[in-house]
Amino acid sequence: MKNQRPETGGFFQRDRAWQPPALTPLYKTSVVRSPQKAPIAFPHTPSEITGPTFGHGILGALDNDLTLNHARSGESAIGPRIIVYGRVLDENARPVPNVLVEFWQANAGGRYRHKKDGYLAPLDPNFGGCGRTITDEDGNYSFRTIMPGAYPWPNGINDWRPAHIHFSVFGHGFVQRLITQMYFEGDPMIWKCPIVGTIPDRRAIEGLIAALDMEATVPMDARAYKFDIVLRGRRSTLFENRMEGN
Amino acid sequence: MAQDLNRLKESASQTAGPYVHIGLTPNFCGIEGIFPDDLGASLVSDQTKGERISVVIRVFDGTGSVLKDALVETWQADAEGLYNSPSETRGAADPAFSGWGRFPSDMESGEIRFETIKPGPVPFPGGRMMAPHINLWIVARGINLGLATRLYFGDEEAANAEDPVLARIEHRNRVPTLIASRDGDIYTFDIHLQGEMETVFFDI
Ligand SMILES: [Fe+3]
Repeated sequence: MKNQRPETGGFFQRDRAWQPPALTPLYKTSVVRSPQKAPIAFPHTPSEITGPTFGHGILGALDNDLTLNHARSGESAIGPRIIVYGRVLDENARPVPNVLVEFWQANAGGRYRHKKDGYLAPLDPNFGGCGRTITDEDGNYSFRTIMPGAYPWPNGINDWRPAHIHFSVFGHGFVQRLITQMYFEGDPMIWKCPIVGTIPDRRAIEGLIAALDMEATVPMDARAYKFDIVLRGRRSTLFENRMEGN
Repeated sequence: MAQDLNRLKESASQTAGPYVHIGLTPNFCGIEGIFPDDLGASLVSDQTKGERISVVIRVFDGTGSVLKDALVETWQADAEGLYNSPSETRGAADPAFSGWGRFPSDMESGEIRFETIKPGPVPFPGGRMMAPHINLWIVARGINLGLATRLYFGDEEAANAEDPVLARIEHRNRVPTLIASRDGDIYTFDIHLQGEMETVFFDI
C-alpha cells in the first residue's frame, strides 16, 4: 500500500486464546508466577502506540554471526553450521522494518554460557551464545550460528527442551514487544516439551517451527532455516475513532 | 465462505526462560566482548531535561519470594510528556532521553534500581490527561507472555485521582498496587505476580 500515513493507530487486540495462558501447570514454574486476576484493557494511548527505536549504528560487524562473535581469531564455534533468516511481519502481513531482533541459544551440546546452567555438557570456548540484528526496509533479518543442542531441565524427572533459539523482537509500538522461541523442522522433541505445550493451538506451535530451506543453503558451508515472526497489527487510521469526546 | 481477510496471527509467545540475560544483558551475566555494553542500562545523561529520580523495583512470586531472574523493560515519556519515537505525533522529544530502559533483577537481592527523570503527562484518547507514569514490561522464567503494567507516582495524588486508566480499575482496593511510594528522591515499587496484593496487569 503506497501513500502510507504515519503509523499512529492503536494495535489489534491480542488474541489471548491463541497465546499461552499465564497458568500452565505442566510448566511448573508458571504456577507461582502467573497472575490470577483478569488483566484490564483500555484504548491505546501514546504510551502503547509508541516504542523505542535502535539505529544500525549499534551493530558490530559480527553481531549477526554467533559462529565467530565469541571465537578466538582463526577459530569458530563447534557444531552444525546454519543460517537463520526470515522476515518480521505484522498481522496485516506488512513487513516491520528497522526493528531490533535479538537471539540467544545453548551451544551444540545443549549448554548455556550462564552461571546458573550446570548441565554436564561442556562449554565451547569459542561460543558465547548471543547475537542481534536490525530488520531491513522489507523486514528481513538473517544471522549465522550453529545448531543448538537439546538439553534436560528440572521440571518433571525427565523433561528435555527441543533444540531452540530464543528470540526477542521489538515492533514500532511498545505493546508489540515479543519474546518467543524458534524450533527446528522435523524435531520429535517439540511435541514432548511442556514449555511448547503451554501454547494451546497446534497451529500456533507450527508457527514457531522454522523450515529447512535447501535453496537458501550455502553449499559446502551452512544449511538454512527460514523463520518468520509476526507482531501485532496496527489499526488503520482511515476512519479515526472519536468515541471519547472531540 | 466470504473473502479471506489476509491477516496473519501474532507469533505465539514463549517464556524468556532462566537465561534471558545471555541474549538481552550479556555483559551483566559475564559474557563480555560481544556487545560493548548492555542496551538500556542507563536512561539519563547530564543533558537530559527533567527532575532526576531513582526507582527501585522488586518482583515477587505467589509465595512471597523475590524473583532473582526477572527482566524489566521500562518505557516512558520525557519531562514534557513526549515519547522519543517516530510514532510520536505531538512534537519532538528530548533528544537526550531515549525513554527506554532494560534492567535485570540483581541475582542476589532481586532488586532493580535505576535513575531516570519524572515523565510529564500524556493524553488519553479524547484529550484528558493521564497522570505521569512509567510503562513496564516484565519477563522471566515461568512467565509465558510478557506482563504489562504501569508505575504511577505516590506524590501525584491529584493527577492519579483523575487518571482515566486508573479509573478503569473496578476494584478500587487494587489501585494502590500501581502506585510507587516516595521516600526522598527514591520511588519504591513492588510487583506481586499473585496473591492478596496481586499487581494490576493490563491487556493492552
Ligand atoms: Fe533455552
